[in-house]
Amino acid sequence: MSEAMTELGTYLEAKRPDCVLAWDVTHGELNVDVAPSSLTGFVEFLTSDSTCRFSTLVDITGVDYPGRAKRFDVVYHFLSMYQNHRIRLRVSIREDQIVPSLVDVHPSANWFEREVFDMFGILFSGHPDLRRILTDYGFRGYPLRKDFPTTGYTEVRYDEAEKRVVYEPVSLVQEYRQFDFMSPWEGAEYILPGDEKEAEAK
Amino acid sequence: MMDGSKFDDALTGEQKIRNFNINFGPQHPAAHGVLRLVLELDGEIVERCDPHIGLLHRGTEKLMESRTYLQNLPYFDRLDYVAPMNQEHAWCLAIEKLTGVEVPRRASLIRVLFCEIGRVLNHLLNITTQALDVGALTPPLWGFEEREELMIFYERACGARLHAAYFRPGGVHQDLPPELLDDIEQWAHKFMSGFMVDIDGLLTENRIFKQRNADIGIVTEDDILKYGFSGVMVRGSGLAWDLRRSQPYECYDEFDFQIPVGKNGDCYDRYLVRMEEMRQSVSIIKQAIAKLRDCPGDVLARGKITPPSRTDMKTSMEALIHHFKLYTEGFHVPEGEVYCAVEAPKGEFGVYLVADGTNKPYRCKIRAPGFLHLQAMDYISKGHQLADVAAIIGTMDVVFGEIDR
Repeated sequence: MSEAMTELGTYLEAKRPDCVLAWDVTHGELNVDVAPSSLTGFVEFLTSDSTCRFSTLVDITGVDYPGRAKRFDVVYHFLSMYQNHRIRLRVSIREDQIVPSLVDVHPSANWFEREVFDMFGILFSGHPDLRRILTDYGFRGYPLRKDFPTTGYTEVRYDEAEKRVVYEPVSLVQEYRQFDFMSPWEGAEYILPGDEKEAEAK
Repeated sequence: MMDGSKFDDALTGEQKIRNFNINFGPQHPAAHGVLRLVLELDGEIVERCDPHIGLLHRGTEKLMESRTYLQNLPYFDRLDYVAPMNQEHAWCLAIEKLTGVEVPRRASLIRVLFCEIGRVLNHLLNITTQALDVGALTPPLWGFEEREELMIFYERACGARLHAAYFRPGGVHQDLPPELLDDIEQWAHKFMSGFMVDIDGLLTENRIFKQRNADIGIVTEDDILKYGFSGVMVRGSGLAWDLRRSQPYECYDEFDFQIPVGKNGDCYDRYLVRMEEMRQSVSIIKQAIAKLRDCPGDVLARGKITPPSRTDMKTSMEALIHHFKLYTEGFHVPEGEVYCAVEAPKGEFGVYLVADGTNKPYRCKIRAPGFLHLQAMDYISKGHQLADVAAIIGTMDVVFGEIDR
């Protein structure tokens, strides 16, 4: 499996050197890094080329790395039902960058891109209907960004006096508990209480 | 003037013909959950269909980022709650791929057994409720009786009828009692000679059922590629695509089963495919039981990601420490990203897991087959009658646990 993937990676790099920034095969899966500007052309090539025939768009998703200059990774998974192989494309973008939409090539990208927009706030140019999809009507914020709290900002309840559902800021009776189970012997990156002096001595 | 040359009076505001918008759901028995469709109708013909989803959105993916790998497992039962163990399977496979753990053969066979039970559970619900959507009341009553028996098997294996949390990274939680295997086998024989014959007699040649399903919601090969269909939606249109066969995982490659395909790609063909898949699943269940009988052994790959055996814990201090650390801190998964897909009853269910070397997933994307199927609702239902919308939703096999996540 891995050899076939390596072969395909070499083939892609030879055919479209302008699109493939880097590629690797890990865990038997082919990863290709692509620049946002060449995405649409490359996906069209993947769909039509007889060696690739990546006919099905399996998934589009985002990953947030707040520490990086190019904050988001938009990840595309493709599957070929004819050649029976898969590929993963990664597009790294800055927070203010816009990604070209794939709806014209794969109509199935429509909801996936809406979801990525809803969850990460990444914009797709050329998308026909970039509305929120999973969150509430009138929701604000992008929940899957790492800086969005798990509890959210608002909560809803039915108000007996007003006879309607009301939105209120979240009030927690108890602080949201994030236990740190990391082992002090192998996991902790912070200085343990009592070890400060050792750190100062160095 | 009354000679018929002037029709202005028929063009008052009220009499002008305009398309009619209706809300289908969110509370509608044929919507299979909390689906809201905004339908634009021209008379009785659907012109546009805009599904509004997310009413069951629980933020599973966000919640998973702050929990350990093992704590995340039960979330998968709550996605597609019709066949819970198939979802857990994808999660376990993803973790096993990253950590490089080999599952013992007995555990692998148990997984296959329960995945196929899950498939029967799912198809039982889908076929019978779809029949309900098009007007038959008896099938769901009979089908739920069979489902109940299967859920008792779930309960006897893991203690819960629905939210199993039975598949664990590295194997399955506990071994099966031998009597359970006997009972499942007995059920399999009874199911094939009893229920399948009954439901076949009720539906397959039923005049009303055929009229409501044949030539409705036709899916072509081109549509499959454009809209990213998987599972029965593909096989109903004549493509023999099944991940169990084409990209075998677990030990599916040693089982003998057929992949049924349809011819016309309409709702009726998909019904037939599901019926045949149940028969094939029961055949796999029988084979798995036979294999399990002559394959004793452990059901967990003992090591870093699985708990030690109870006997070890009584005698070995290290085992006790390992157990404690496993259930507080959890195990660490090496850095990397994988995509693991299983052939869930509804189609390709995938997990894209990004691990950063800690005890919690950095990002986990759940790829649900129903999400893509429902997306094509606008395309498929266009030009159909309003009554066919219910038949199409039924045949797409949507469950909102997995679509909204």
